[in-house]
Amino acid sequence: MEMFDLSLIWAVIIGFGVIMYVLMDGFDLGVGILFPFAPDEGSRDVMMNSVAPVWDGNETWLVLGGAGLLAAFPLVYSVFLPALYIGVFLMLAGLIFRGVAFEFRFKSHRHRRWWNRAFCWGSAVAAFAQGVVVGAYIQGFAVEDFVYVGGPLDWLSPFTVLTGLGLMAGYALLGATWLIMKTEGRLQDWAYRLTPKLLLMVLVVFAVISVWTPFVDDFVRERWFGQLHLIWIFPALALGSAVWLWRTVKERREGQPFIATLGLFVFTYLGLVVSKWPVIVPPDHTLWEAASAPESQLFLLLGMLFVIPIVLAYTAWTYWVFRGKVREGEGYH
Amino acid sequence: MELDPLLLSRLQFAFVVSFHAIFPVFTIGLASYIAVLNGLFYRTENPAWERLAIFWTRVFAVVFGMGVVSGIVMSFQFGTNWSNFSLAASNFLGPMLSYEVVTAFFLEAAFLGVLLFGRGKVPQGVHLFAAIMVAIGTFISSFWILAANSWMQTPAGMELIDGRFHVTSWSAAIFNPSFPYRFAHMVLASFLTGGFVVAGVSAWYLLLGRDVEANRKAFSMCLWLLLVLAPTQAVVGDFHGLNTLEHQPTKVAAMEGNWETQPGAPLLLFAWPDQDAQDNHFEIGIPKLASLILTHHLDGEVPGVSAVPPEEQPPVWIVFWSFRIMVAMGLAMIAVALAGLWLRFKGRLYEHRGYLQLMRVMTVTPFLAVLAGWFVTETGRAPWLVYGIMDQAEALTPSLTGGMALFTLIGYGLVYAVVFYSGTLYLTRVVRQGMLPEAPHEDEVERPKRPLSAAHVPFDDATSHPRRS
Repeated sequence: MEMFDLSLIWAVIIGFGVIMYVLMDGFDLGVGILFPFAPDEGSRDVMMNSVAPVWDGNETWLVLGGAGLLAAFPLVYSVFLPALYIGVFLMLAGLIFRGVAFEFRFKSHRHRRWWNRAFCWGSAVAAFAQGVVVGAYIQGFAVEDFVYVGGPLDWLSPFTVLTGLGLMAGYALLGATWLIMKTEGRLQDWAYRLTPKLLLMVLVVFAVISVWTPFVDDFVRERWFGQLHLIWIFPALALGSAVWLWRTVKERREGQPFIATLGLFVFTYLGLVVSKWPVIVPPDHTLWEAASAPESQLFLLLGMLFVIPIVLAYTAWTYWVFRGKVREGEGYH
Repeated sequence: MELDPLLLSRLQFAFVVSFHAIFPVFTIGLASYIAVLNGLFYRTENPAWERLAIFWTRVFAVVFGMGVVSGIVMSFQFGTNWSNFSLAASNFLGPMLSYEVVTAFFLEAAFLGVLLFGRGKVPQGVHLFAAIMVAIGTFISSFWILAANSWMQTPAGMELIDGRFHVTSWSAAIFNPSFPYRFAHMVLASFLTGGFVVAGVSAWYLLLGRDVEANRKAFSMCLWLLLVLAPTQAVVGDFHGLNTLEHQPTKVAAMEGNWETQPGAPLLLFAWPDQDAQDNHFEIGIPKLASLILTHHLDGEVPGVSAVPPEEQPPVWIVFWSFRIMVAMGLAMIAVALAGLWLRFKGRLYEHRGYLQLMRVMTVTPFLAVLAGWFVTETGRAPWLVYGIMDQAEALTPSLTGGMALFTLIGYGLVYAVVFYSGTLYLTRVVRQGMLPEAPHEDEVERPKRPLSAAHVPFDDATSHPRRS
C-alpha cells in the first residue's frame, strides 16, 4: 500500500462527490426555493418538470458521499453528524418531504397546494441546513480525543446562519440560471429579471463571509495572508465568473449564465478547500488522521472505481435524453 | 424525569428500522415473484401472466420507492446517535454499508428502469433479464446489510487496536458465524412475505370476482410456494436458534424465559417475566420440551438469563413475547398452507369464501413475524451492540442529550407518519385499481430513480383532468 496514498485518493473522490452534489442538487433545490415566487401555477408545472428527470439522480451523490465518508474518513462522519445533530435532522426531513412532494404532486389534484408547500419548504430548509454545514466546517468543532464534545447548538451562530442564507441564495441563483437555460417565454423572462438580483445577493453575502472568515478561523487567516499568495486566484476566478454571468444575462444568452454560475460555485468551493487543506475536521484533524484503515479504504475503492463511471455515464445519459427546452403542458413520455 | 438519551436513541433506532424494514422485506420477495411471472409469460405467452406481472410491478415500484425514502435516515443515524460505535466499527461497517448503497445505485441505473418502463420498448428477453437482475440485486443488497448486522451479533475476522476494529480477514468478517443462518432466515422471510401478500390480494380479487383466471393462477402458485417455504422456515429458524445458543446463550435464555441454567427445561407457552425478581409469574409450560428442541435431549442443559449479571441481561419480557409472536405467526402460516392443500384436494380452493377471507387477513402475518423476529434478535443481544465487546452505552454519541434525542424521535415520527400515510393511501389505490389498464399518463417523467412514476395511478379522485395552463 506504500505506492498509493489511499487517503488522498479518497479525499479526491469525496471532494468530487461533494461538488457534484452541490452543483446538481443545488439547482433543483434552487428551483424549489424559487417555487412560491413563480409567475403562475403553469410555470410551476414547468419548473418542476425541468428538474423532475434528474433531481433524484442528483441526490445519489449525497447518499454515496455519506456512506463513503463512514468508510473512508470515519472521523468526519462521527464528528460532523453528532455536532450537527439537529441540522442533519432538518436537512433529512426537508429532503424527504420534497422527495415525496415530487412524486405525489403530479398524481394529486385536490391536495396539490400542500405538495407545493412541501416542495418549497423542504427545499429551503435542506438548502439552509447545507449552508450551515459549510459555516460550521469553517468554524470548526470542539473535538477531544476524536470525539465531539461541544453542545447541541454550537453549529448555530450568526456566522453559520449567514452561510446558510448564503447557500440558499446561491442555490436560488443556480435554479434561476437553470430555468433560463431550460425554459422560454414568460417563465424565462422572469428568470432573467430575477438573476441579477440573486447574483447581487450572493455577492454581498459571499463578501461578508469572506471578510468574516479570517476572524472566525485563524488557520484560514494564516493561509490567506501568509505565504500562499496563489490562493487569491480562486476568489479572482469566482469574481470573474460573476462578471461573466452578469454580462451574459444582460445579453440574454441562454446557456452561458448557468455555466457561469457553475463556475462561481466551483471556484468558491476550490477556494474553501485550498484554504482548509489538509484539515478535514477543523480545527485540528487532517484527512490522514480522519482516515479509516488502509485495507478498508482499498476494499471499498475497488467497488467505487467500478460504480462511479457507471453513475457518471448514467447521469450524463439522463441529462442528454432530457436536453432542450421544457414547454408548458408538456411532460416527457 | 430525566430524559435518557440512550433509551431515546434505542427507541428511535427501533422505530426507524422497523418502519424501514417492512418495505425491503416485501420488495425482496416481490422482485423474485415478478421475475418468475415475466419468465412464465416469456415461456407460455399466456397474457394472464403478463397482466399479473404488470400489476405487481406497479406495486413494487411504490413499495421500493418508500423503502428508499425511509432508508435515507438509516444511513445517517449511525453517525448522529451512535458515533462512538461508527468510529470504532467504521473499518468494517463503512465498506459494508457503502457496498449496499453501491449495489442499489447500480441496480437503479442499469436494470430498474428497464423493468419498470421497458415493457414493449425492449425485446422481451431483455426485459426478463432486467427483472432477474433486479431480483438478484435485492439479494445482494440484503447480503451486505445482513453481513454488517450479523457481524455485530457474532463478531469475527477482526482485532481491536486502540479502540477501533481492524479487519484481519474480510471473508471471516463477512461470513461470520451467524451470517449464513440469518441470511437464509431473512431470505425465506422475504419470500413468505411476498407470497402472503400476493396470495392475500389475489384472494381479495377472487372474492370480488375480478380477473378470475389470472388471480387463480397467482393464488395457486403462491399456495404451493407457501406450502414448501413455511415449514422450511421453521427448520431454518431452528438451526438459527441452535447457532444463537452456541454464540449468544443469554439471548436464547431470554427467548425461552429461562432464568436459571437447568437440565430438562420446560417450553413455556405463557409466562410473565419479572426482571427484578429474576423469575416468571403465571408459568404454563410443557415439561422438558425446551431442552429437547435446543439440545435434542430431554435432559439437555438450557442456559439461564441469571447466569450473567443483571446489567448484562436483555429485557426478557420483550424478547420472550416477541419470540412467541414470531413463532405463533409461523405456525399459523404453516397451518393455512396445509389447509390450502386440503382444500385443493377437495377442489374448493378458489370457492371457499371463508378461506379466501382468511388469506386476506393473513397478509399482515409475515410483517408481524418479521418485526417480531428482529425484535427478538436485536433486543435479545442487549446490552451489547457489538456482542461481548461494545455495549450500547459505550456506543452512544457522547455529546447527545436527552432533549436532542427526544426532538428527533418526535420529528422522525412526524415525517414518517406523513410518508407512511401518503404511501399507504396511494398503495391502496393502486391495489384497488387492480389489473385494469393503466390510467392516462399525466405530466409525468418516468425515471428508475423515481420508481413511483411507474405506478400511473392518480393520488386522489379528480373529477376533471389536471389543469395544464
